[in-house]
Amino acid sequence: MHRAEASLIAAEGVSLALGGRAILDGINLSVHSGEIVTLIGPNGAGKTSLVRVLLGLVPPDRGRVLRKPGLRVGYVPQRMDRDPVLPLDADRFLALAGRTSAERRRAALEEVGAGHVARQPFHALSGGELQRVLLARALLCDPDLLVLDEPVRGVDVGGQIALYDLVDKIRKTRRCGVLMVSHDLHLVMAATDQVICLNTHICCAGRPETVTRHPEYRALFGTAAERLAVYVHHHDHAHALAGEVLPIGDAGTHPHEHR
Amino acid sequence: MIEDFLLRAALGAIGLALVAGPVGCFVVWRRMAYFGDSLAHSALLGIALGFLLGIDPTLGVAATAIVVALLMAGLQLRGRLAGDTLLGILAHGGLAFGLIAIGLTQGLRADLFAYLFGDVLAIGARDLAWIWIGGGAALLGLALIWRPLLALTVHEELARAEGKQVALAKLAYLLLIALVVAVAMKIVGVLLVTALLIIPAAAARALARSPEGMAVLAALMGVIAVLLGLAASWWLDTPSGPTIVAAATIVFFATAIVSGLPSALRR
Repeated sequence: MHRAEASLIAAEGVSLALGGRAILDGINLSVHSGEIVTLIGPNGAGKTSLVRVLLGLVPPDRGRVLRKPGLRVGYVPQRMDRDPVLPLDADRFLALAGRTSAERRRAALEEVGAGHVARQPFHALSGGELQRVLLARALLCDPDLLVLDEPVRGVDVGGQIALYDLVDKIRKTRRCGVLMVSHDLHLVMAATDQVICLNTHICCAGRPETVTRHPEYRALFGTAAERLAVYVHHHDHAHALAGEVLPIGDAGTHPHEHR
Repeated sequence: MIEDFLLRAALGAIGLALVAGPVGCFVVWRRMAYFGDSLAHSALLGIALGFLLGIDPTLGVAATAIVVALLMAGLQLRGRLAGDTLLGILAHGGLAFGLIAIGLTQGLRADLFAYLFGDVLAIGARDLAWIWIGGGAALLGLALIWRPLLALTVHEELARAEGKQVALAKLAYLLLIALVVAVAMKIVGVLLVTALLIIPAAAARALARSPEGMAVLAALMGVIAVLLGLAASWWLDTPSGPTIVAAATIVFFATAIVSGLPSALRR
């Protein structure tokens, strides 16, 4: 995690509470150029809140966010409510990013493999097409860092693999850092350099295992499984029902693995 | 030849339609129809206020509408009551207080019908100036905030993350609606103001291919509606405000049917 080169973005002791409830507690993390960091955790773990703090949309109650000076961030939000009452094709949606040329928008769509949807209504794009168009909009700002909040949401498994491959390709060609959020504990892209398991605080962090031996998993994904990884890791603590941290060995808890 | 007052009425109504169409598109896109209604209803208080302070009623309405718009924006941030509940309180409370204030004010009571439903045939040169100057300012303001407003309409957080001036654009847009409400009141009255914001915009949606195209079409639909309404009101001797809104409604259904025809015929 600690490297000689400066990080693109780093959180130092970030804490956030909403309505008296702790959402984030003492979060430290950093993302470097060319690195993919995946944030996983159950629903309500504070993943999206952490992303919003990192993007500067919400100020943290404690701690701070350090950004490399002049950092350009491309953001793919988790939810995108589309309304057919707004006549908007995919190209016009991309133009909302700011002053861009038609040429750059076409190139961005080509880069994400969605050149054919430029003239299609934005509200009628399929889940996979939508995620690619959102990615194209994030690329239009020429980002040093991509922040992708559940970029495979609403996409079938085959499409998810294709999207993960695309993110990996973009990371390699553009040499940008990637911070990705996933609520799915089982599917984490194989190319991830670091996985951070979040549940209000950081439970654990480390490199993912690249291959899984779980028969159920293999049965489900077949050969595709080799391109996905299950992150097998041990916890040094457990959570009580209310979420507070308990040392392992306390009554009612046991060491567990996430598979 | 065309009578002077009829010409003034037509020019006033056209001026309003040209600004209400594009501003109304955002009312439709941002689902703010009820907000516009609440603003217009509570603005009735501004008429009495303008009269009591001895200022132009349009100015009184504009000032009241701006205060109410800011109040609603502030209250919605607090967020204990749902937005539509708050709007309902302000809309009906404002309407009630406005009606009482007008009822208590000597010299206004007789004109109540005109404030509620508009009296386009009675507008003077001064009103016309208000409509074209106020409307022109509103259109210019809309053009200036168009890009950030459209971006935040599609996705507010994404627009903020991209560094757009979201809060400023939202505030400016509230003020624009307040301005349009004030300008529209003379023509269609407080009870029907929102109709001129949303009906032409809704009619334009069926034919539009882009946001900008929809704004232009909405202005055009509005102009057609007000001219049809004025003519019908003149020939049928019906109240002008409701007739204009009725004409807009007919235009809406006509475009809905016409735009639906090609796909229906293809089957």
